[in-house]
Amino acid sequence: MKVELQNLTKIFPSRNKKSGEEVVAVNNFTFTIPDGKLVGLLGPSGCGKSTTLYMISGLQQPTSGKILFGDEDVTDLSPEHRGIGLVFQNYALYPHMTVKQNILFPLQNLRGADKLAKDEMLKRAHEAAKLVQIDELMDRKPSELSGGQQQRVAIARALVKMPRVLLLDEPLSNLDARLRLQTREEIRRIQKETGITTVFVTHDQEEAMSISDMIVVMKLGVVQQVGKPQEIYDSPTNLFVAKFLGTPPINVFAGRVESEKLYIGDDAVLDVKGAPDGNVTVGIRPEGFIIDEKGALSCNISNVEVMGRDVSVVSTHSASLNPTIRSIIDADEKPAADATVAKFALKPHKVFLFNAETEERIYFEV
Amino acid sequence: MAKVTNFFHTVFVKAIWQTFFVKWIWQTFCIAWVHDAFWKNLVVKKWKFDRWKGWVYLLPAIILLAVFTIYPIFNTVRIAFLDDYRNAGHNAGEVYTMGIENFRWVIKDTLYFLPALKNTMLLCFITVPISTFLALLIAVCLNAIKPLRRFLQTIFFLPYVTNSIAIGMVFMAMFNVTGHVSISMDNAQTLGVVNIFLQAIGIEPINWINAGSTYWSNMAVAIIYIVWNALPFKILILLGGLQSVNKQYYEAAKIDGTPRWRVFTRITVPLLSPMLAYVVITGFIGGFKEYSSIVGIFGDDMQSAGGNTLQTMVGYIQNSLDPMSGDGEGVASAAALILFAIIFVVTMINLYVSKKKTHY
Repeated sequence: MKVELQNLTKIFPSRNKKSGEEVVAVNNFTFTIPDGKLVGLLGPSGCGKSTTLYMISGLQQPTSGKILFGDEDVTDLSPEHRGIGLVFQNYALYPHMTVKQNILFPLQNLRGADKLAKDEMLKRAHEAAKLVQIDELMDRKPSELSGGQQQRVAIARALVKMPRVLLLDEPLSNLDARLRLQTREEIRRIQKETGITTVFVTHDQEEAMSISDMIVVMKLGVVQQVGKPQEIYDSPTNLFVAKFLGTPPINVFAGRVESEKLYIGDDAVLDVKGAPDGNVTVGIRPEGFIIDEKGALSCNISNVEVMGRDVSVVSTHSASLNPTIRSIIDADEKPAADATVAKFALKPHKVFLFNAETEERIYFEV
Repeated sequence: MAKVTNFFHTVFVKAIWQTFFVKWIWQTFCIAWVHDAFWKNLVVKKWKFDRWKGWVYLLPAIILLAVFTIYPIFNTVRIAFLDDYRNAGHNAGEVYTMGIENFRWVIKDTLYFLPALKNTMLLCFITVPISTFLALLIAVCLNAIKPLRRFLQTIFFLPYVTNSIAIGMVFMAMFNVTGHVSISMDNAQTLGVVNIFLQAIGIEPINWINAGSTYWSNMAVAIIYIVWNALPFKILILLGGLQSVNKQYYEAAKIDGTPRWRVFTRITVPLLSPMLAYVVITGFIGGFKEYSSIVGIFGDDMQSAGGNTLQTMVGYIQNSLDPMSGDGEGVASAAALILFAIIFVVTMINLYVSKKKTHY
């Protein structure tokens, strides 16, 4: 089911009556979620990603704008009539019911023409449980399950009534690091098997990049960039997106462009054809550095961290806007053990220029 | 006049003693103190060095406990097994024989004890379910509204902070007589507000508590009073429970299109079950100790003007202690132990049932 958001805006009235300031949680969000895709809403806390999700679910009403499922306008439809499944951040499994009862619960609510026979309900509950691989835990209570298992039950409960759209609110935030890896693959698998259009919310860029077909990066209620994970990583539209995606994070320098040459400090580090003169903010991905005797960018090495296949060179530079610069170098090319200065050449496609004031991307020919 | 003053005196002294001394000092002082002192100073901090300090902190509570609770408990048990023990008729050097004469006397006391037992049981098993159900209903309603919630909460809580004897007297006035019988001027009685209301909606006034009233009409007044009086505490506990329920359960239910009634029976009630169990258990314990409400409505002798006795078990114990007309401390102690046994058994059943029903 294609989900279309048209000029979606949510304004919360101020809680503080004196200041009277309204909070614009989501600002003019227009986006079409293609049918059968897994889409990640990504952004720091308070960026409006959860509000967007809750508006799609119907638990919150947009201040203005429209939500369409396929060609059907569901903006004014209450949650139960939208045909959605929602997995809450803390799962919200009913603690007094067993796994089976939890999964059956949505089916038992069906009335009228949709009402199912008991056998049919059990069959569907078992199918859902099997899909998320918890069919052996049907008689346990949620308190007797691990976080990952609870998560699966929550997904099964959302899937059992065969929703048109599946919504996941921070699905991995309550899991430990190992389970997180495992569960995100699991979510991907379940989404692929069912083919249900799925939207999930996360503040973890790695999570979003690893499983999404598409990512929507948000900041303060405004969509920054929409695209495939790799596209966004390779070509961020502004400094915020560049900083938000990638681990280790992008290295940021103050620089300037003079006659199509990029200067960091006093060193001309790169030819930037087509970029106008002026002060810029330079973002360089950690993998954009090459150790090179003739390299123009010289940094003071403070530490070299060995990671096996690669080394991570931690260094400093006076023009860096971060306290340290982190570059990932192939282990074979690591700097000499007693070196104090690293000379770097740069990979042009890993270097991004941003307007120093507006932080918008300045494109140059590579 | 003298009788009235006397009535007020005994009633108020007893009420104050009961409400304030037993409830207040006891609960806040001892429990909080023992708990805090014990956990903070005996367990969490360095055990070795602070051990004596902990005991020093505990000492005031221990002394109070020993004098007002532990000693009386043991003494009650001892006296209960001393045949025909009476402090008033006690001669120096007289020795009582051990035996179960007191218990035999109590359970054969068809005139006073068995009616008291019956009254107490009836009050308990009728009022606890009604008040729990009403409290649940009111709590859910209060929880569902936003405006005026605080205001209404305060109103519902008022009975809790009002003196039960005073409320009893108000109830006495409210449920006053039928007006249509010929009344001589000197004891002119007005129609009570309840009967005025009944008349207004076209029902014959009922003789609730006056001369000639029946046992069940007396009982009805007592039940209404006790239910009303028991509501605030229960509402408070249940409302607290409701407010601590994670709102996402309701959002999840909403997304699944759960009908309201099903949300109530399948989600709200089960999630509230620990609080419901608590409310029912304390309700039963309180019910078995019912005393001041009956005294408030029907007076010290717990007899209605209609001649029906509404004496409760605690009332029986209290009256047995009367130096002039009572049966003595031995009988009172035996009755107290029987009451304890009943409360113990009922509480155990409650706990057993609630454990089966509430765990999650």
